[in-house]
Amino acid sequence: MQVTSRKFKESAHEAMADEDLRAAMNRIRTAFTTARADAAAELPEFESLRDQAAEIKDHVLDNLDYYLEYFEQKVVAEGGHVHWCSTAEEARQAVLKICRDANARTVTKGKSMITEEIALNKFLASEGIEPIETDLGEYIIQLADEPPSHIIGPAVHKTREQVTDLFHEHHQQYGYQDREEDPEKLVGEARTVLRHKYVTADVGITGANFLIAETGSTVIVTNEGNGDLTQSLPKTHIVVASLEKIVPTLEDASTLMRVLARSATGQEMSVYTTFSTGPKRKDDIDGPENFHVVLLDGGRTEMLGTELQELLRCIRCGACMNHCPVYHAVGGHSYGWVYPGPIGAALNPQMVGIEEARHLPNASSFCGRCEEVCPVRIPLPKILRYWREKTFEQQIGPQPDRWAIEWWGFFAKRPWLYRQTTRLAARVLSMIAGDKGRIRSLPFAKGWTSVRDLPAPEGKTFMEQWKKHNREGR
Amino acid sequence: MSPMSGKIEVALFVTCLVDLNRPSVGFAAVKLLEQAGCRVSVPDAQTCCGQPAYNSGDRKTTRDIAAAVIEAFRGYRYVVAPSGSCAGMIKKHYPALFKDDPDMLLAAEDLAARTHELVSFLADVMDFEPDDVKLDRKVTYHDSCSSLREMKVVNQPRKLLDEVDDLELVEAEDREACCGFGGTFCIKYPEISEEMVDRKIDNLLATKADMVTAGDLGCLMNIAGRLHRRGEKMKVLHVTEILAGMGKERGIGEGDD
Amino acid sequence: MTAREKILGRIRAQKKRGPLAGADADLLKQRIADHARNIVPERSRLPKAGQVDLFQTKMEGLGATTERVASAADIPARIRDYLSQKNLPTRIKVSPSEILTGLGWDTVPMIEVVVGAGTEEDMVGLSPAFAGIAETGTLMMLSGPETPSTVNFLPENHIAVLKVSDMVGAFEEAWDALRAAHGEALPRTVNLISGPSRTADIEQTLIMGAHGPKTLHVILVEDGT
Repeated sequence: MQVTSRKFKESAHEAMADEDLRAAMNRIRTAFTTARADAAAELPEFESLRDQAAEIKDHVLDNLDYYLEYFEQKVVAEGGHVHWCSTAEEARQAVLKICRDANARTVTKGKSMITEEIALNKFLASEGIEPIETDLGEYIIQLADEPPSHIIGPAVHKTREQVTDLFHEHHQQYGYQDREEDPEKLVGEARTVLRHKYVTADVGITGANFLIAETGSTVIVTNEGNGDLTQSLPKTHIVVASLEKIVPTLEDASTLMRVLARSATGQEMSVYTTFSTGPKRKDDIDGPENFHVVLLDGGRTEMLGTELQELLRCIRCGACMNHCPVYHAVGGHSYGWVYPGPIGAALNPQMVGIEEARHLPNASSFCGRCEEVCPVRIPLPKILRYWREKTFEQQIGPQPDRWAIEWWGFFAKRPWLYRQTTRLAARVLSMIAGDKGRIRSLPFAKGWTSVRDLPAPEGKTFMEQWKKHNREGR
Repeated sequence: MSPMSGKIEVALFVTCLVDLNRPSVGFAAVKLLEQAGCRVSVPDAQTCCGQPAYNSGDRKTTRDIAAAVIEAFRGYRYVVAPSGSCAGMIKKHYPALFKDDPDMLLAAEDLAARTHELVSFLADVMDFEPDDVKLDRKVTYHDSCSSLREMKVVNQPRKLLDEVDDLELVEAEDREACCGFGGTFCIKYPEISEEMVDRKIDNLLATKADMVTAGDLGCLMNIAGRLHRRGEKMKVLHVTEILAGMGKERGIGEGDD
Repeated sequence: MTAREKILGRIRAQKKRGPLAGADADLLKQRIADHARNIVPERSRLPKAGQVDLFQTKMEGLGATTERVASAADIPARIRDYLSQKNLPTRIKVSPSEILTGLGWDTVPMIEVVVGAGTEEDMVGLSPAFAGIAETGTLMMLSGPETPSTVNFLPENHIAVLKVSDMVGAFEEAWDALRAAHGEALPRTVNLISGPSRTADIEQTLIMGAHGPKTLHVILVEDGT
């Protein structure tokens, strides 16, 4: 997808003026946070499970090559194929080749962030293959020709009216002439339209929440059941997954499952958790004849052994964005690439370059709520700070900001000089404020005074009063 | 530093915002610590904990400042700050800054172990309760992110506020949400910060409290500044001011008008 | 160099080591072979009767319905009653599994039993569960010649039959049961199903029956346990 992270401030400005988006963000802010808190409270072992989930992921990342080869061997033993892809382009080509071999004209798709990452839909369309998203949220944004704004609720930014308009525009060709407004009926329309697509598609593409080394299985988690229809009905099933999704055993997957849905939607389990292992067996009467796993690196292995490795623990639950006040304010599209919210702010600079994404790690109040809710305890603020240090070192971003910090640092390192300066500043600011006690506008502090008054200093610093106080004896 | 008989030696980390903007918080802190039985020193060489540089990605300046703070507070039994954010910086982040310098790491960890946020220090270490403090106000307490998450300060301020006569404590919705201060963040991204502080303020106002308090001056200046800009009358005080019986003083950002 | 070699090479370079071999590899191999359990929630440790109760509570909390029958022979009549209560069509798609096809369907002549895989037209599907997991109210369904997975997904209404003797407390017990029955290799699909299909993709409004079944009914058979 086109990267627009550079325009973060402008996009955020527009997003905050969008009343529909604000309403949508309010729904996320209340619904998801409460649901997660309740689910966590319901399971006494939840915090220990999070620790273990993080340990499992760390263990995998330390031994990733071993588990990948083990996984591959199992997939092949069950009659499937593994396609190793170093780059997005390799992954696109691998998918295309499989589609060509299947003489595919249409492919149905389950929800997959990796196919967003490699911009698969546009690519397939340009090759004359029609991709059809089947997750309702993905389907809606495909009709709207927009990227997802949330990793588990891609269309959270869309209102019911907008969905009504989209369906009215695109479903007339299937005989739906009326403008439907009732959500239940809208879902019913999509269900009927897509049902036919599942049956007639040549290839089904899904992502994977987990890859299991032990059995060579790929796992998807959905609430709608679209992923299951996507992968059971066409003759060919392609799983597009990034390589850090691997876990050693079914037991390890179970631990991750226990924290995934609870963190994401507050459910104990999503409705459908599906383990797929190879193509249909000899006597099976349904299921795909071909099973392919397209395994994408896409810059991930470069993060191993670095300050960014912990990002590869991510199980894409969306809890960090559900709890992020910045995400709530600016919505998902402002981040300007596939992954929004804190995980996007931490990951996108690596994926699209820090120069392009410099705003993302800077636009954070470091409130730490993301880390607090992350099921695999990714230290997101620490990683955002890592990127800030990179931008500072590489002199990316406004030069005056760096000068200001260096100038301030000069004083902060010299207590005596600092005292004199703060004494003066306290007096000047107090004088500007007069008897109002606050300052409405200050030329060199526009960032502050553009939105709020500046409470003015009392006039004398604590340190000077303390000295006087001590001199005069207590 | 000859400890007086029986008194506990405490060094006050004033914080740069209190020093410059609201010294009364510093004096309130001294008063409370003394009431709790401490002997308070204010090391002269302190300036700031270094967060402005740290949050801007200037690691070198941060380390220099941290080294100076470590030196200035060497030897005190306890170091106490009227701020979860500055205490959190010293306690959680100083050691991380020196992870590749064993000597400094040791010193940073030593300081970290001695450092406390003021209100939790009063409640947990000194077993302090305010005595004979009265404030006839309906008050809501805002949890600053660093107090809440880094320093685990949640119940202590509420417990102490509960001891203030006539004070009614009410809780706001979405207590755990950030107020949008975030240090340099609120200056670099004022629009986003505005959105956050407005949401916070809406929740505070919905409590019908006539006063908001917190343990961090940064949050309070942000909230007070925005309240004033919006023309709201809610009074803003640092929690130490209330506990020290200074609840009738002028609120943050308040003037004679 | 192939992408595979590049990727494996990068992992090893980043980790500053060569391929894992010898004792290191043996440890990892053993870790897989051990199927060691991580933390298993206490709530799953219940006697069978408690497991069944928990399963029903959880399943119903997810919007499914459940009922218990004393023996499998009761199933056809109970299904007849269920379909009539819910006003559902009497034609049902049944998995070609002896457990279901061998039931006395001739006692309920009004029900039309069609055996096979699920299709787009099916309104009601009936399939056997491999296990029930009490911890979260979850069915474990396996694909196979007698249990096509499409019966679980294509019909608008899904009825699953679960023997009480196949109820377990936690996921880990279900995996052990699966390994005991099928060996280490899994069937093509293992479906864990917790309630009927749903979506909240339009303004967070919960709507049942997005793509999978709109209703799920679980019949628990107390087969002498």
